[in-house]
Amino acid sequence: MRLDIILRVLAKLLIPFALVFGLYVQFHGDFGPGGGFQAGVIVAAAVIFYALIYGLPAARRVVPTELVQNLMAVGVLLYAGVGVVSIMLGGNFLDYFVLGADPVSGQHRGIFWVEIGVLITVASVMLKIFYVFAGRRRDAEETAE
Amino acid sequence: MLTQHFPALLVVVPLLAAPLIVFVRRSLPSWLIALLATTITFGIAASLLAQTMSGGTISYAMGSWEAPLGIEYRIDVAGAFVAVIVAAMGLIVMPYSRVGIATEVRSEEHYLYYALMMLCLAGLLGILVTGDAFNLFVFLEVSSLATYVLIAMGRDRRALVAAYQYLLMGTIGATLYVIGVGLLYLETGTLNLADMATRLVEVGDSRGVLAALAFITVGISLKIALFPLHLWLPNAYAYAPSPVSAFLAATATKVSIYVLMRYFFTIFGATEVFDARATGAILLGLSLAAMFVPAVVAIFQHDMKRLLAYSSVSQIGYITLGISLDSVEGLMASAMHLFNHALTKGGLFLVLGGVVLRCGGAGFDRLAGLGQTMPVAAFAMVVGGLSLIGVPGTAGFISKWYLVSAAMHEGQWWLVGAVLASSLLAVIYVWRFVEVAYFRAPPADHPAPGEAPLSMFIPALAMIAGCVYFGIDATWSSEVAMRVAEVLMYNPGVGQ
Repeated sequence: MRLDIILRVLAKLLIPFALVFGLYVQFHGDFGPGGGFQAGVIVAAAVIFYALIYGLPAARRVVPTELVQNLMAVGVLLYAGVGVVSIMLGGNFLDYFVLGADPVSGQHRGIFWVEIGVLITVASVMLKIFYVFAGRRRDAEETAE
Repeated sequence: MLTQHFPALLVVVPLLAAPLIVFVRRSLPSWLIALLATTITFGIAASLLAQTMSGGTISYAMGSWEAPLGIEYRIDVAGAFVAVIVAAMGLIVMPYSRVGIATEVRSEEHYLYYALMMLCLAGLLGILVTGDAFNLFVFLEVSSLATYVLIAMGRDRRALVAAYQYLLMGTIGATLYVIGVGLLYLETGTLNLADMATRLVEVGDSRGVLAALAFITVGISLKIALFPLHLWLPNAYAYAPSPVSAFLAATATKVSIYVLMRYFFTIFGATEVFDARATGAILLGLSLAAMFVPAVVAIFQHDMKRLLAYSSVSQIGYITLGISLDSVEGLMASAMHLFNHALTKGGLFLVLGGVVLRCGGAGFDRLAGLGQTMPVAAFAMVVGGLSLIGVPGTAGFISKWYLVSAAMHEGQWWLVGAVLASSLLAVIYVWRFVEVAYFRAPPADHPAPGEAPLSMFIPALAMIAGCVYFGIDATWSSEVAMRVAEVLMYNPGVGQ
């Protein structure tokens, strides 16, 4: 019987809330403090918490390293993609005004996608850094074998 | 139609290429994407130079938020000139890289190399095109962070230490810069460079502005590797993979010099920087020290890459010497040498990369007898070396000629002697290579190399040929350099 049952149960309880709180911070960025960067850190922290309690291999099964690396690129592409779309719609780079029927909805739409790009990249970069540091000795041993 | 977006696309194209490369992972497609992106980027840079030469400053409002509230991209002849140097260097290094990194970077990291090169390119071009002081800092960090990793990719374990050393020094430099920008924001209430320049005139002489000038000068000087802040440079260039050494030697320090010129002449204004204080004298002293001390150190190196790196520090001294003269002629000489030295040193590092591939190192013991084993490469190195010295008929001569005449124009006759004496030191360190390559027998275990593969050889020889071409026909380079100097000197307020 493992002795860390309290930690395991609590982690299971807390992680969903942490993720939801991350999304709240993400989408509340329009009206109050928040935004993609903070939300990305919270989402990454939830996964890191999972890795601390259940071990690195378990975390890597849930969020594989390859996925993390691809997501890093997805976020940047999403951000820059918004800029490219606004050029194609006849505005300047990252010109949100042309993205919607009226300027306000255009601004909403633009910042929405850009912030999601930020969330994805920040969360995956944090995770990548964590994986690299946490897996240092483990990965070195695996390649040695 | 698309032309109006060129200032943004100059940065966006390589910036988009980087994540695409991370997706693709495999070496060959990553290389193709990088090659395509550098080609487009060079086209954009060349078009921007043509536009600014004929039409003056181009302004671009990011996200259609008008300056000074929004971030403005603003490019004139000076920025476009350096952008063309950077983009052209990217275009030359990319075809070279395919074989160039094959033995120097682990194959599973090839895609990372291309992605980082794209980020570095985006960062450097961003510095040149942005009209916003803080945006400039961000791009400085984008290019620097990419550079640190690129240096660490060298197969020599010392590359890690070199990258770490550069990381510390570079971060200190960037921090000092951002403190300076913070002080300027405090004094003027704006981050837009053009707006800042006009408001600084109203603020007048204040301690905050003086402190900002000091912080920015020292911070950027660290990135320039101005003597005595150059200690990160020799190791970084020596242990980085060869294409990275060539790319950095031709671009990174040059872009920082552009930033310094911009701050001195456009934002603070020459009167504030040079007439009211001893900046000119200090910069002159440091430039002279840079021309002599690292050149002497270069003479005692036993590794060609390190020798070239110290020579770079020494050559940077010529460029800052031109700035310190505070005249159109001086600035023109600086702009000329910026271009000519990028050409020379980039070419030398590219040739050396092929030599390293064949001989297994850049130490003088490995290079012995190069004149027999790789005659063309050895000759190309000598031609590049002549350009470093400034022998007539090479690009180096032209810029030194302009530098000397700028010094004479200011009545500083003794500087002519200094430039000549420093060139004599260059003769000695270039002779060191000649002696090793032509007067020593090849090492016994020499793997009978033959010349470098064509994909490396052609870009390298093209640059060395460029040294000779721009040494004989300097019409284009001197015309552009003159325009750059005039824009910097007579157009306070970023070319309004």
